[in-house]
Amino acid sequence: MKNFKTIILSNQELSPGYYRMRILAPGFGAMARPGQFIMFRSRMSHPSLLRRPFGIFRIGHLPPDCEGQPPKEYLEILYKVVGRGTSVMQELHQGDRVEVLGPLGRGFDAGQPGEEKILVGGGIGLVPLYMLAEELMRTSPVRLLMGGRTRDDILAVTEFERLGVKTYVSTDDGSLGEEGFVTEALVRALENSPAATVYACGPMPMIEAVYQICASRGVGLQVSLEALMACGVGACLGCVVKGAGHSDQTPRYLCTCKEGPVFRAEQLDWSRLGEENGYCEGCKS
Amino acid sequence: MMDSRKKRPSLAVEIAGIKMKNPVMPASGTFGYGEEYAGYLDLEGLGAIVTKGLSLKPKAGNPTPRIAETTSGMLNAIGLQNVGIDGFIEYKLPFLREVNTPVIINFFGNTLEEYGEVAQRLSDIPEIAGVELNISCPNVKQGGIVFGTDPVCAHEVVAHVRKYLKKPLIAKLTPNVTDIAVVARAVEEAGADAISCINTITGMAVDVRTRRPRLANRTGGLSGPAIRPIAVRMVHQVVQAVKVPVIGIGGIVEAADALEFLIVGASAVQVGTANFVDPSAMADIIAGLEKFLVEEGIEDIRELIGSLEL
Ligand SMILES: Cc1cc2nc3c(=O)[nH]c(=O)nc-3n(C[C@H](O)[C@H](O)[C@H](O)COP(=O)(O)OP(=O)(O)OC[C@H]3O[C@@H](n4cnc5c(N)ncnc54)[C@H](O)[C@@H]3O)c2cc1C
Ligand SMILES: Cc1cc2nc3c(=O)[nH]c(=O)nc-3n(C[C@H](O)[C@H](O)[C@H](O)COP(=O)(O)O)c2cc1C
Ligand code: FES
Repeated sequence: MKNFKTIILSNQELSPGYYRMRILAPGFGAMARPGQFIMFRSRMSHPSLLRRPFGIFRIGHLPPDCEGQPPKEYLEILYKVVGRGTSVMQELHQGDRVEVLGPLGRGFDAGQPGEEKILVGGGIGLVPLYMLAEELMRTSPVRLLMGGRTRDDILAVTEFERLGVKTYVSTDDGSLGEEGFVTEALVRALENSPAATVYACGPMPMIEAVYQICASRGVGLQVSLEALMACGVGACLGCVVKGAGHSDQTPRYLCTCKEGPVFRAEQLDWSRLGEENGYCEGCKS
Repeated sequence: MMDSRKKRPSLAVEIAGIKMKNPVMPASGTFGYGEEYAGYLDLEGLGAIVTKGLSLKPKAGNPTPRIAETTSGMLNAIGLQNVGIDGFIEYKLPFLREVNTPVIINFFGNTLEEYGEVAQRLSDIPEIAGVELNISCPNVKQGGIVFGTDPVCAHEVVAHVRKYLKKPLIAKLTPNVTDIAVVARAVEEAGADAISCINTITGMAVDVRTRRPRLANRTGGLSGPAIRPIAVRMVHQVVQAVKVPVIGIGGIVEAADALEFLIVGASAVQVGTANFVDPSAMADIIAGLEKFLVEEGIEDIRELIGSLEL
């Protein structure tokens, strides 16, 4: 974890409303674990005060500017424009100065080698799954089930395919892949591989449906959650989610930023999770 | 650089007997228990560490959403979630014990008796340099009136804590009052050794699409740069009303902001929301204060305190 000032290497639109930003980040790859995130801030203008959290999509390297120098390490985020902060981000260009706090939070646990791993992504929820797939591919067969509203919400699937991940795509309107919800594909996949572990990130209704499917079959599940965040380091207590066994008498709040964003399903109190944390339904695919 | 090193200006201040290397400390609730930020700045470079509000028993806090960003500020309704005094001693104090910086414990109670009990327990902990009393809480035994909004209640709670507390006592005032000077005088008379102000200003924000309040608690406390002019005004009023030292709080982001508070008469400052935006904000502010003193040819920061020209 560190707090560093750096610059943008590129910032390109992937599909309508979705962008990929590359940020110069020497040494970042050695620290970052799959599922971790950063708190991002532009240093060019200050229309928004607080930093914004974004999952780390991948770490990469560019050839150095001059011979003899080490390759340029960068981190990549994929983001959807939903409000004030992300609207400003889409206007940023190569060379613009930004600040990154991270890598933050607890990432995914790779689980038992050998057993099949099923990754379920909904829209921009795909982001933390890429580094996870990179890691899991070394030891286990990996399948990605990717869902979105329309074809525009399906991102970067070919990049997973290049890793050797078996991918499956569904859209609500059938404009890409199969028509329907990604959870239907999950049910089918679990019929064939009942011993699989499931990793999910996406909008709250999807996460809840995935939880129901896994819980009723006794399948291990890790989810990456989103929450409104101010600090990202466990200081403000703004990002909490209710942990298993929570009650007013015995509060068990977990910080999404520090104890998460990845949780094992057993850690959470699912009874009102969607109701309290589903505030972003409207803006997410 | 050359001979300015010989005569580095002094940033040291003393508040209610607590000696600080410089006048900059975190505001309660924005810095956890110090540990959360240990990887981002040198805790021993701070004037003091002020911890998250503590109560007798652990407190659950409010449902989410608990925070909402607004123009140049943020609303929060965390609901004073905390580990309780036993949890604090077991899990948080061991870390703080190792840090060579005065530790100030912020605390609150739901009743007069609770305030007294916490004060007594804190008195027995040698590593604690002082306490900051958050009186912006409702008195559950008196129909929920906020202690700090009524000069009589404010006097009562501070006097009660004074009876049990064997440490320097800082009373933290709420700005949600008609005349903050009246409350300031009441807590001074009740035995507060220092006053800190301001706490957050009650506010509200609405999501226009869902037409629902953006906080589950409906209302919350506004903090950040948006409140700074109000805070500077209130510190100015309080400084004129009392003789005890005042700690200025509200929207400080950079050294110039801290200087405003010092010039109107605050003896030290607390930095809150800015820590979220930049975890090294306080280190930058301290460096900026020193630079300002060098530039202005001031040898001791205490010369600046209350130097407002009218
Ligand atoms: C750990 C974590 C990882 C994330 N990773 C990504 C990512 O990889 N790519 C990506 O596009 N987004 C990601 N998000 C969500 C992203 O942080 C928000 O979309 C962003 O902060 C919105 O900022 P804004 O100023 O544009 O929106 P605002 O103007 O602040 O709000 C616009 C809308 O977005 C919602 N919103 C605001 N903040 C969040 C949030 N933190 N989570 C969910 N909804 C929010 C608001 O409720 C509102 O409906 C992540 C969030 C978390 C907590
Ligand atoms: C998330 C958050 C939590 C806070 N918690 C407390 C608290 O527990 N006790 C307290 O006395 N003040 C609390 N405050 C108020 C701050 O200490 C400070 O008075 C206020 O935020 C104004 O300063 P700022 O504008 O620099 O943030 C909290 C503020 C924020 C933003
Ligand atoms: S974002 Fe501040 S505690 Fe998690």
